Amino acid sequence: MKALIDSEISRAHTKPHIRGFRRPLMAVPVDGIIKQSTPSSSLRFAFGNVLAFFILLLIGVLAFSIRLFSVIKYESVIHEFDPYFNYRVTQFLTKNGIYDFWNWFDDRTWYPLGRVIGGTVYPGLTLTAGTIWKVLHSLNIPLSVETVCVFTAPVFSAFAAWAAYLLTKEVKGTGAGLTAAVLLAMVPSYISRSVAGSYDNEAVAIFALIFTFYLYIKTLNTGSLFYATLNSISYFYMVCSWGGYTFIINLIPMHVLLCIVTGRYSSRLYIAYAPLVVLGTLLAALVPVVGFNAVMTSEHFASFLVFIVIHVVALAYYIKGMLSPKMFKVAATLVISVGLVVCIGVVAVLVAVVASSPTKGWSGRSLSLLDPTYASKYIPIIASVSEHQPPTWPSYFMDINVLAFLVPAGIIACFSPLSDASSFVILYLVMSVYFSGVMVRLMLVFAPAACIMSGIALSEAFDVCTRSIKYYISKLSESLQTDAGDIVPGNNTSPQSDVIKTDKKDDLLKERPSRKNKKKEKENIEKPSVKSKTEKRPLVLPVEASIFALFLIILLAAFYVIHSVWAAAEAYSAPSIVLTSHSHDGLHVFDDFREAYAWLSHNTEVDDKVASWWDYGYQTTAMANRTVIVDNNTWNNTHIATVGTAMSSPEKDAWQIFNSLDVKYVLVVFGGLVGYPSDDINKFLWMVRIGGGVFPHIKEPDYLRDGQYRIDSQATPTMLNSLMYKLSYFRFVETDGGKGYDRVRRTEIGKKYFKLTHFEEVFTTHHWMVRIYKLKPQRNRIRGKTKKSKSKTTSATPRSGTTKRNPWH
Amino acid sequence: MGRFRFDLLLLLLAVHWGPALSDLVISKLDRRIDLTSQIVRMTISLKVENKGPDPVSKVSLTFPEHQANNLALLVAVSTEGKGKTRGPTTNLPIKINQPDDSPPSLIWYAAILPKELVKGESLTIDVLAVFTHTLRAFPEKITQSEPQLFLFQESAHFPSPYKVKSQSMTVKIPSENIESYTKLENTKFSNSEIKYGPYENLPPFSYSPVIIHFPSNKPFAVAQELIREIEISHWGNVQVTEHYTVIHGGAKSTGEFSRLDFQTRPHVRGASAFRNLLAMLPPRAHSIYYRDAIGNISTSNIYGDSSKTLLEIEPRYPMFGGWKTSFTIGYGLPLQDFLFQSEGTRFLNITFGSPMNDILVENLTVKVVLPEGSKDISVSVPFPVKQSQETKFSHLDIAGRPTIVVEKINVVPEHNQYFQVHYKFSNISLLTEPLMLIFGFFSLFVACIIYMHADFTISKSSASYLAKLQWDEVLGTIQLLQDIINRCLLVHDKLEASLRDLSRTGDVQACKAVRKAADNLLKDLSKESKPLLSLLQSSPQAAHIFPKVEELVVKERDLQEKIMLKHTMVVDSYEKKSGGRDIENRVASIQQKITVLKQEVDDLVEFVEDI
Repeated sequence: MKALIDSEISRAHTKPHIRGFRRPLMAVPVDGIIKQSTPSSSLRFAFGNVLAFFILLLIGVLAFSIRLFSVIKYESVIHEFDPYFNYRVTQFLTKNGIYDFWNWFDDRTWYPLGRVIGGTVYPGLTLTAGTIWKVLHSLNIPLSVETVCVFTAPVFSAFAAWAAYLLTKEVKGTGAGLTAAVLLAMVPSYISRSVAGSYDNEAVAIFALIFTFYLYIKTLNTGSLFYATLNSISYFYMVCSWGGYTFIINLIPMHVLLCIVTGRYSSRLYIAYAPLVVLGTLLAALVPVVGFNAVMTSEHFASFLVFIVIHVVALAYYIKGMLSPKMFKVAATLVISVGLVVCIGVVAVLVAVVASSPTKGWSGRSLSLLDPTYASKYIPIIASVSEHQPPTWPSYFMDINVLAFLVPAGIIACFSPLSDASSFVILYLVMSVYFSGVMVRLMLVFAPAACIMSGIALSEAFDVCTRSIKYYISKLSESLQTDAGDIVPGNNTSPQSDVIKTDKKDDLLKERPSRKNKKKEKENIEKPSVKSKTEKRPLVLPVEASIFALFLIILLAAFYVIHSVWAAAEAYSAPSIVLTSHSHDGLHVFDDFREAYAWLSHNTEVDDKVASWWDYGYQTTAMANRTVIVDNNTWNNTHIATVGTAMSSPEKDAWQIFNSLDVKYVLVVFGGLVGYPSDDINKFLWMVRIGGGVFPHIKEPDYLRDGQYRIDSQATPTMLNSLMYKLSYFRFVETDGGKGYDRVRRTEIGKKYFKLTHFEEVFTTHHWMVRIYKLKPQRNRIRGKTKKSKSKTTSATPRSGTTKRNPWH
Repeated sequence: MGRFRFDLLLLLLAVHWGPALSDLVISKLDRRIDLTSQIVRMTISLKVENKGPDPVSKVSLTFPEHQANNLALLVAVSTEGKGKTRGPTTNLPIKINQPDDSPPSLIWYAAILPKELVKGESLTIDVLAVFTHTLRAFPEKITQSEPQLFLFQESAHFPSPYKVKSQSMTVKIPSENIESYTKLENTKFSNSEIKYGPYENLPPFSYSPVIIHFPSNKPFAVAQELIREIEISHWGNVQVTEHYTVIHGGAKSTGEFSRLDFQTRPHVRGASAFRNLLAMLPPRAHSIYYRDAIGNISTSNIYGDSSKTLLEIEPRYPMFGGWKTSFTIGYGLPLQDFLFQSEGTRFLNITFGSPMNDILVENLTVKVVLPEGSKDISVSVPFPVKQSQETKFSHLDIAGRPTIVVEKINVVPEHNQYFQVHYKFSNISLLTEPLMLIFGFFSLFVACIIYMHADFTISKSSASYLAKLQWDEVLGTIQLLQDIINRCLLVHDKLEASLRDLSRTGDVQACKAVRKAADNLLKDLSKESKPLLSLLQSSPQAAHIFPKVEELVVKERDLQEKIMLKHTMVVDSYEKKSGGRDIENRVASIQQKITVLKQEVDDLVEFVEDI
């Protein structure tokens, strides 16, 4: 018996002061600590800050380096389509300076209309990269513009992660902030838009978005006018960077309204909101592309309305402070009855003003946001872009992965207790979930919200679990101590039963039954509310459950990390202008796009015009430096429809259209030889639809056989005679000995042997992915005359109704 | 046709000029013209004999103007003696030596002899003349499947200002096929060689035009512009960057380009095109890249051995006649292979021209970027070039790097000789940039430290500033108080430990000693805490937290008392030797209170810590 007690005691001695987790340097003998304790505890705080700083630094490094897969696996090159335009604008900016940039009329695109780049582009990204480049050059660091552009996005995603930290810290403290920052640093949705080389507006805009929200919350929490001003400037940067700024200018008023309705109005709210509207709108109007839209389009009206509301509320509060309650009631009824009349009048005027503007004050993209079916019904040009489609469920899992499951837990954590800041985060989440459901591109706005929520959830869960374990340990050592302190032997409660005892005690104390599964734990988290002076002790879970929960959380986080790295390395790293395939004899590179663009840029005249579908417009102007007819900006539907019409017309009509546009070369993308699915034949129906939307003689059913789109022998003659078909499959049949097997459509082509009369092949790339044709010059007049009269007689028979097929005649 | 007329004129002039220089006689003149590449190489071996009375110090070589304009290189080597007793060869300096009364369509070059040729003596001179742009594509435009044909025009008789006793000319063409050639007397065509001559006893300036029309599908790669930048880093690297603008200089391509034809029968339907270029880089070249304005070009290969590195590059597309492309190649070379030291100066010894095989460079610019701080720079190039100097700014430069710019037109592979750049550079300046970095970071950290410790408040008397000061003070006080509480708790632990010791050893005295020490310590601590508490109480900033702190202190004191009580009881019962169960029973109630109190104190401590 004695020996047993001894062993018990010695065990107690091995870990005598584990409870002292809370206290510094407890392992040091008692005498030693008395002198050391003062500096060490302040050291602990300093250490905590330094730790947080280094964690943040590492998060920045993580955010930057996870986006470098594209550079390592491929090369340091600009990706996709829009980034090429941004790159070209940046080149112009660095070469000609800011004033020429504002006045830049670009005659290389939308020939013969041209485009005022300075007035139609969101300049934030290009100005940012241009500034970085300028600073680097003034420091004699000779980085090329391209390099700067390639690495702008990763750098700004590090900034975005830090901004997420700041925002979440304002909402739920440092721990949640750090977790949110880590999650945001590698959320696949954001990675997809900000890998190195993806030089697009969103890369910078997401940072600006989060940072604006942070400054708003900061102002709301502090009531400092300084932060309010910063907030306006940050909003200005956001307006410069991305059209998505309307999200901010609608979300913040909504939150303000929410606060007012729930009786949370305070002077801090006023300071957070009023300067933003006034300063922000003034600053936004400075951006040429926004200009008077900042006060004239409906997207901004919500903010003005709330601006009025907040003033009314402020006035009401002021009067309430002056009058006695009874008097106030009388005044209120009076004001409300008069106010209602005025309001109805104002609303009527507003409606009239809005209704008088052509699209009811809403742009097409915004309308398609409110009504998801709007675009597919009315605007094929918006519907034809894949990133404007509504997302599917798998794409949610692909883009935010486990965060989708953590978000609900985060919402619940935000409700306990509900503060101004946490209500804002909830609102942000809800709105962004809606928008992401409308347009897959807006998943990008949703991702930060999901990260913040998940960060809060994870951090709370960790908090509860570790607290329980800590509590258990302290209990354990305590009980051991008391056990040992007892002189009477025989009171040997095993630690196991002791735990149960403490648990029971806990349960009694808390009057809460223990939880069964992990999810519930999180939902039942009670934030240890320091300020509420309740004597309630924070929630403590059974130790086994909490260890298990910790394990599961870490597993979940590990899964997220693995998925994110996979997404960054495999799914989103391809630059899309270089394609690779793994075959049995190693890596094969398809560099056809650049081959074609290089050929165009070196072997055609400087002012030759190249016609292609609008997808390739930006790349052609940037890489080949040739004038294009339409490009990815898609601002002129008619012009795009003209090109669509030409592509869907028979050769002769197409030649006439192109010739009237002064086109010299026609570029088509063809994937049938190597199996590249996003080629022009697959996009062809959109050309028909967009063309047919403006020029009604192009009818979609003419290209479909029984509602099916096909290019084999069952295809309609209109389809087989269209220019796109001919340019794509010209002499294709000779590549595989007379079969003409298309590897994308997995079928033999319908019309195999044909000649081109008005076009000649001038270049085809190595894998046939890009084919460039030249318009043959007009025939000699005398021969033409005789032929014309002949052809008139012959071609008059098949179609009588539509004689003029060229929309330019 | 214009050229033919001009040639006739030349002939007439030449006849008039005949008797002017007749002291020298060329006893034998052999010309071999190599047309197998786009660069025409003419080797002339002539045996000169002085028949006149005066010693002669130079030999004149004349070329018609249209050839002289395209003359990229002219080298003459003289050999003394003949046959087996051939002496050493000496390079003869060559300069333009235009007599005043010569027609402008004839350009004179003079090879200065190493020693004067006296009467009756003879000397063998070997001349290498390299011409560019002398092959004229005919037809000028061809389609993809047509072969490339060229015209070459020359005189069967070398237009020498001296009498020639016997001369012959051999023209080598790339293949055995020939379209046509001028047939004179003594003309033979065999085995892809056309031989004209020998012709005996020709007067000076005799001329006999010959036109050869032949197919050639050799690569006609012409670099319209090549900028080579050689950057020396004394950290161990010579970085070479070469920017090419290349055009296919042969017959222009016209009409369709069919990839299908090119892929199925590349040697027939694309014979005139060239697909790749071969660059011979120095051995141990590393970090080789090949790219253009829009990114990396993936079609390249490297084969290396100890004597060279072969870089095979393929332009993005096959090069047909008239097609252009531009690209950049770059590579690093180990410094010790190219940089040497002698008598306090360093010199770079590196090849001048392009490393590409058989490429003609129309405009070559070589820039040698020396490290920042280089002095006394001089360049020695074995042929005439245009030189200038500029400054380049790169990483961490302040004064900039001195850059030597050497320009030359019509550079052929024969120009690919070593040239030297001499300069002085001290090793200490190597450390400037690292030191600058170190200093920069150091000052950054110092600035951070200063910022953290400095008070940047503008108005020291503003209310918020004072409140902040007070708050800091309160925080400090709470910190101190917390320490005291913690130390009290430590003492409690110590007391508990002493009780455990007691139960094990039964040593009452030791336990009492601990108790006494603890009593003193606790007394001191409570004394210490008093002024702090009163300070907190007086501070308006601490109003909202003071109750908590006070509660903590009270609770702690309570706990202290309870523990003391327990301690006394246990020690007493030990002294009275009462049974273990008895003690336990007596202590139990107190123990419970202690546990509850401890919990409360812990909570309060936690709360205070959070402030």
